[in-house]
Amino acid sequence: MSKALDLITRVRGVRGAMLVSAEDGLVVAEQLMEGIKGGAVAALAASLAGRLRRAMEAAGTGTSVFWHLQAEQGAILVVPGDATGGILVVAVAEPDVNIGLVRLELLRAAEAAI
Amino acid sequence: MADDIRALSAQLAQDPQSLVFLRLGEALRRKGQLDGALRVAVNGLERHPHLADAHDLYARILTDKHDYERAFDEWDMAVRIAPHHTGALKGLAFLYFKVGDLAQAEAHLEQARKVEPDDPSIDQAIAMMRKGTAPPAPTAATAESAPALASAPSATVTTAAFDEARVFAGLEGAHEGLLLIDGAGRVLGGALKNGAGADVTDTVAAYLAGVSQEAARTAKLLGLGAWMGLSAEGQHGNVHLAHPTPQALLLVVRERGMPLGRLAILAQRATAMARRWLEKQ
Repeated sequence: MSKALDLITRVRGVRGAMLVSAEDGLVVAEQLMEGIKGGAVAALAASLAGRLRRAMEAAGTGTSVFWHLQAEQGAILVVPGDATGGILVVAVAEPDVNIGLVRLELLRAAEAAI
Repeated sequence: MADDIRALSAQLAQDPQSLVFLRLGEALRRKGQLDGALRVAVNGLERHPHLADAHDLYARILTDKHDYERAFDEWDMAVRIAPHHTGALKGLAFLYFKVGDLAQAEAHLEQARKVEPDDPSIDQAIAMMRKGTAPPAPTAATAESAPALASAPSATVTTAAFDEARVFAGLEGAHEGLLLIDGAGRVLGGALKNGAGADVTDTVAAYLAGVSQEAARTAKLLGLGAWMGLSAEGQHGNVHLAHPTPQALLLVVRERGMPLGRLAILAQRATAMARRWLEKQ
C-alpha cells in the first residue's frame, strides 16, 4: 500500500497522496508533505466525489473513473472508489503538475489497493 | 384572420404541447403582431427545442424585426436539425444576400432546389438574386406540414467541435452537450439527455450546484485558491465543469473517446462563448 503511494508522490509536483474511505471520508493511508491537512483533504475529496458521482450518473456518463479539480494554486486528482472497493486514491499537487503521469500512478495504486 | 388567430389560440390553450403554435405564430407574424408572434414562438421552442420548424418560425419573426444576427443563428440551427429544411435554406440565402455574400446565397438556394426541384419560388429567388434583387424572405411553407423532427443527440455521443453560432444555439436549445446553470442550480441554457434519450437537464443542474459548492469549499479550505475547472472521466462519457462568470457554471459533456485534455480546450472555448452569450442576455 505505502509503495503505491510512494510511486504517486515521486511524480514531480505531487505534494501528497492518500487512500481514503469513500463512505466516511476517513484516511486509510497517507504520504503527505508538511502542511497538508490529511483529514481535511480526505473528508473534502470524499464529499466532492460523492456529489460528482451522482451528477455524472444523472448525466448518463456513468460513474467517474478519474477526476481532477484544478485550482489557482494547486490541484486535487482522484481515482474514485467504485472500482477499488470504496477506496479513493487521492493526490494533492502543484498547479503545473503532469496530470497524465499522476493519473497513471493513481490508477496503478488503485489496482494495487483492490 | 382574427377568427383564425382566436381559434388557434384556443386550440393552443387547450393543448399547450400541440404544434398548433407554429400556425398561430405564423398567423400573428403575417398580421404584423410581431411581439405576440415572438412570445408564441419562444414558448413553442421551450417545449419543442429540437423542432426545426419552430426555429424556422422564430427566425422569420426575428427577420421581420430586423434582428438578422439571431435570425441567422435560428435558421442555422434549423438546418443542423433538419438539413433539408427548405424554409431555413431559403432564409439563410436571404440573409447571405443581405450581407452581400452572393455565392453563399446562391449555394443555399441551390441546395433548397435540390430538395424541392418543383418549387417555382426557388427558381424565382435565384433569378431575382442574379439580377441583383433580394430574394424574398421565406414564408412558412412548412408550418402546416409534418414537422422535420430530429431527436437530440445523446449527451455522451456528441462529437462536433464548437463554432460560435452553434454554441449559442446550443445554449438556446440544447444540442451540444452543454448545460449552463446559475449557482442555485437553475438552468440558464442548454439541456442534457442521457444515453436512453431521457431529458436529465433539471436533475443534473441540481446536482451540479452541489458539486460547484463542494469544489469551491474544497479548494478554499485546502488553501488552493479559487477553483478553475473540474474534469472527470466517466465510464461512458467525459465531462468538464467551468465558470463562465462567478455566478454561472458550464458543463460540457463529450463521449468517452474524447481525451480530457482536448475536452478542457473545448470547454475553455465554450466558456468564453458562454460568457459572451451571458453578457448579451
